[in-house]
Amino acid sequence: MSTTNPAELKKTALFEAHQKLGARMVDFGGWQMPVQYTSITDEHKAVREAAGVFDISHMGEFFVRDQTGLDVLNGLLTNDVAKLAMGQGQYTLMLNEQGGVIDDLIVYRTAPEEYFLVVNAAKIDEDRAWIEERLKSFAEAGVFFADRSFFYSALALQGPKALEIARAYLGAGWPEPKRNEITSYSWNCQPILAARTGYTGEDGIELFIPNEVAENFFLGLLDAGKPFGLKPCGLGARDTLRLEACLPLNGNDLSPERTPLEAGLGFFVSLDKAADFPGKDVLVKQKANGVAEKLIAFRLTDKGPPPRPHYAVFQGETKVGEVTSGAPSPTLGYGIGLAYVQSSAAAVGTPLELEVRGARVPVEVIKKPFYKRAV
Amino acid sequence: MSTIPEQLRYAVSHEWIKVEGDTGTVGISDHAQQELSDVVYVDLPKVGAKFAAGSVIAVVESVKAASDIYSPVSGEVIATNADLVKKPELVNSDPYGAAWLFKIKLSAPAEVNALKDAAAYKAQIGE
Repeated sequence: MSTTNPAELKKTALFEAHQKLGARMVDFGGWQMPVQYTSITDEHKAVREAAGVFDISHMGEFFVRDQTGLDVLNGLLTNDVAKLAMGQGQYTLMLNEQGGVIDDLIVYRTAPEEYFLVVNAAKIDEDRAWIEERLKSFAEAGVFFADRSFFYSALALQGPKALEIARAYLGAGWPEPKRNEITSYSWNCQPILAARTGYTGEDGIELFIPNEVAENFFLGLLDAGKPFGLKPCGLGARDTLRLEACLPLNGNDLSPERTPLEAGLGFFVSLDKAADFPGKDVLVKQKANGVAEKLIAFRLTDKGPPPRPHYAVFQGETKVGEVTSGAPSPTLGYGIGLAYVQSSAAAVGTPLELEVRGARVPVEVIKKPFYKRAV
Repeated sequence: MSTIPEQLRYAVSHEWIKVEGDTGTVGISDHAQQELSDVVYVDLPKVGAKFAAGSVIAVVESVKAASDIYSPVSGEVIATNADLVKKPELVNSDPYGAAWLFKIKLSAPAEVNALKDAAAYKAQIGE
């Protein structure tokens, strides 16, 4: 339980709507956010079987204009922005000089010289300071940065019915983005952005909406989605959904002490692009020498207590790692989790044990992800 | 709103106890199960183990988190509810009945007087 005074927490433009919908609110990264409306299990199932909508207004929205033709973001982020066609997005990471993760984010190319970045709520201030510091020398060369987090609300509409609902709600004129793409649209004379991305393992879109129309948009979307089985969903279900899909959570599975190679995110790190980004030299060495510890996925092999962050992981009598995320999987019906373990204990099929309240609980390393939707 | 049976006593930490002679039956309140929601696992004490009032005696786990359960009284555990191992969701559906957690032989029966009655517990949880 958090001890922060609720009066000091930030509220999204949807706060009153959440209260009317009967949400239980919690402190998340300095924001009062809905953790659940009815039950985490019900909301989780709604997203896997029909659709759910999450308030993600706490996340940060940055804009970068780069007229240098030099792809300056390649000197800040691990992935290669030069690969982005108009309207495309990519998952990428911002690292410290030691190669540890400051934040993970999605960067979209919204115009030939413009980028839209979506960052984690708790990292908005740190990310902004870090980016501004590195971009200031390019200001005269035509690089512009703006943090517009305060302007945008955001919703994640996720699930097998998400696109049908979006089409029904936004109408025939809505330019539907393809996977990982973003499009802009005018809704009631207000500019909205819709990206075909998400954090649940399902198809869906993430919508960025000016605060002043957010509540109307949200309530209208819930009405339009009702015949499809759409439910408002809280952060509780968001966490179990992303864990089943093995999508990392910054602060749990990612940290300034862990590199993307240790986290198994090498696919999103371009070591062969020309630009040097912070931590690149560390990653080049790590790639050559191999990593000492890896983020693995594991499941309980018997009935037992759900895994939780910080539980110790043992191989025989040797402590080989620590759990970073864990929960009972609503889809699979058994406990699942992610843990950093010594590479020698990281092979799929390796039997390991968790220490839970003094007792040992058997687990097995499994192939990521736990859940993959049928395409 | 939650159910708060008149005949039970309540701890500040949301456990209820029903005292019959020198034996207490303990569970968690309807309010507590609503707050936890989606109970998926219950860790129960060993029969024969002795606990002081206010010490951690069991753990109830929801989808979201593990929550410690405190013994409202001092004594020795004389029975635990094996049904909860297979059906932890009973904590949500029948918190005052089928989802009792354990029975304890009171070593200091006067401790019960320090627990809240239904009205005081109702006031505590703001209902």
